[in-house]
Amino acid sequence: METFAQIVVLTLAAGTPLVLAALGELVVEKSGVLNLGVEGMMLVGAIASFIVAAKTNAPWLGVAVGALAGALLSQIFAVIVLSLRANQVATGLALSLFGIGLSAFIGRPFMSVVIEGIKPLAIPGLSTLPVAGKLVFSHNPLVYLSIGLFLVVQWFLYKTRSGLVLRAVGESPQSANAVGYPVIAIRYAAVLFGGACAGLAGAFLAVAYTPSWVEGMTAGRGWIALALVVFASWKPWRVMVGAYLFGSVTLAQFQAQAAGVAVPSQLLAMLPYVATIVVLAIISRDATMIRLNAPASLGKPYHPE
Amino acid sequence: MPPFTRRRTLATLAASPLALALPSWAQNRKLLEIGFIYVSPIGDAGWTHQHDIARIAMEKNLAGKVTTKYVENVPEGADAERVIRELAQSGHKLVFTTSFGYMNPTIKVAQQFPANYFEHATGYKTAKNVGTYNARFYEGRYLAGIVAGRMTKANVAGYVAAFPIPEVVMGINAFTRGMRSVNPKAETKVVWVSTWFDPGRESEAANTLVAQGCDVLTHHTDSTAVVQAAEAKKVYAVAYHSDMSKYGPDAQITAVTHVWDKYYTGRAQAVLDGKWAPDHIWGGIREGMIAMGPFGKTVPDDARDMMKKAEAEIASGRLHPFTGPMKDSDGKERLAAGKMITDDALSTMDYYVEGVQGKLPANK
Repeated sequence: METFAQIVVLTLAAGTPLVLAALGELVVEKSGVLNLGVEGMMLVGAIASFIVAAKTNAPWLGVAVGALAGALLSQIFAVIVLSLRANQVATGLALSLFGIGLSAFIGRPFMSVVIEGIKPLAIPGLSTLPVAGKLVFSHNPLVYLSIGLFLVVQWFLYKTRSGLVLRAVGESPQSANAVGYPVIAIRYAAVLFGGACAGLAGAFLAVAYTPSWVEGMTAGRGWIALALVVFASWKPWRVMVGAYLFGSVTLAQFQAQAAGVAVPSQLLAMLPYVATIVVLAIISRDATMIRLNAPASLGKPYHPE
Repeated sequence: MPPFTRRRTLATLAASPLALALPSWAQNRKLLEIGFIYVSPIGDAGWTHQHDIARIAMEKNLAGKVTTKYVENVPEGADAERVIRELAQSGHKLVFTTSFGYMNPTIKVAQQFPANYFEHATGYKTAKNVGTYNARFYEGRYLAGIVAGRMTKANVAGYVAAFPIPEVVMGINAFTRGMRSVNPKAETKVVWVSTWFDPGRESEAANTLVAQGCDVLTHHTDSTAVVQAAEAKKVYAVAYHSDMSKYGPDAQITAVTHVWDKYYTGRAQAVLDGKWAPDHIWGGIREGMIAMGPFGKTVPDDARDMMKKAEAEIASGRLHPFTGPMKDSDGKERLAAGKMITDDALSTMDYYVEGVQGKLPANK
């Protein structure tokens, strides 16, 4: 039971960067914009948070700056795509590459630096309870934050007027504009939010999960987050399920090795990415469901009349 | 004549830089330039850090005779070839290539620069101007295993390993044999991370091993991540490459450290004397290439004594970590009773010994 609780804790932590990045991207896509630059924004958030945490010894300040850095990078994308009406796919890819390269470049002097990261909670009375202690009270603070973010996003999108407007903008920007809503401004705000979440996800990796900086440390998680949003057919609760599923597959490779499973480690290392492909292939069989759930104007540039 | 004529002033000004430069210019011509290529960042600890402190020590030992240059964080492959070539081309007579994966690039560049000397660490290919050098890390692993075997309560050690090459495998085996020489119930779990340096993956692997019940961790990777993970999870750790007690003050029970300064100084001196020749050096405790790091505070006296005694015996040649009877993890006998393993058999080791869990992945 102890081992199970430990594995649950590890799984939740492994899935958290995906939750953060994917929820942000979900909001962006709900507004009709396809931002493929998640990987770049995550890495920029990671290096920004790491540098601040290393220089000021204040990891939470680092996390805030990481989110800010992701948001700022996303605005470059926003200007090009929303005001200059460039192709969203190409711009997003360019943003990703830019973020990957920029973070590697400014991160060079920080590759072996050690910081005091954000450690998992250790509440005196509660964390030591036999099973509940580990399962409920010993997660990293940012894991709780990600669950809080899910609740906020779910409430915002489906229970508030602004969320309804955002979804309307994503389904039919022409109609929303006709009613009088500022479509471009709303999309700018959505992209900003998505960037902040991706930056937060990167910051979690660099300051809490494995406090360190390595070039490309997100290891493709940004792309998996993108796939996750489609896998979840744009529903926040499914994003959570998918994220933790992929988190557990990521851990499975080490668990399997440590348990003595006789599969080559290289094959096991492929597992998370293969799982992504398999799940996407299964989901894509039902084209109708995708058409029904995807925001209708996703990826199409908006031309105000 | 007035003292400051234009002619005189100009002449003095023209002469002085030359006068100052001439001695140093002449000196630079005579200094032996030595190049180093590193696979990971130097940092505060780890494989590359040990090479770098040896480089600095060598420069100090041979002050005025050598000058060195290093390039760090060069991935194995095409980039490595480019950097090695640049070092050879820019006048570095002696080049140390400090990673196994630099083997083929080193041989290739050496063919094109027959007047330069190359020393490749941990490899096995030599040439007229390429020598290899390595240290018997497994001796240190065996000694660390003695301490770990004495201190483990769960009788399971976790090993975070990079690639299943013979050098890594013999380390795992020696560590396990060291543990079992004082604690026959101890076993080792191995996780392969397929990278020499990735603190994130190393942490994940370490945490997984702890979740599966290991209470002593060790590693064959470049960063301090495993020791840090052990410190965070409050288990023991054996550091590798460098003393990492700064990163794991409570966790570290000992360290297997690499000591290259004597070797580097010797090789540079050989080039200066014109006596360099390619060789296959494999030194261990006796040659001073491996040193055991400080004991952790909680290591009991009997463990310290046992390790020190074994260390002296290895240095004198009376004890070899791989002495029969030895069976592999499938039960096949690999060494008959009383026989010591040969260097050749060590360099091609492709099996786990008894006590290591799981199957060794094939290394294609």
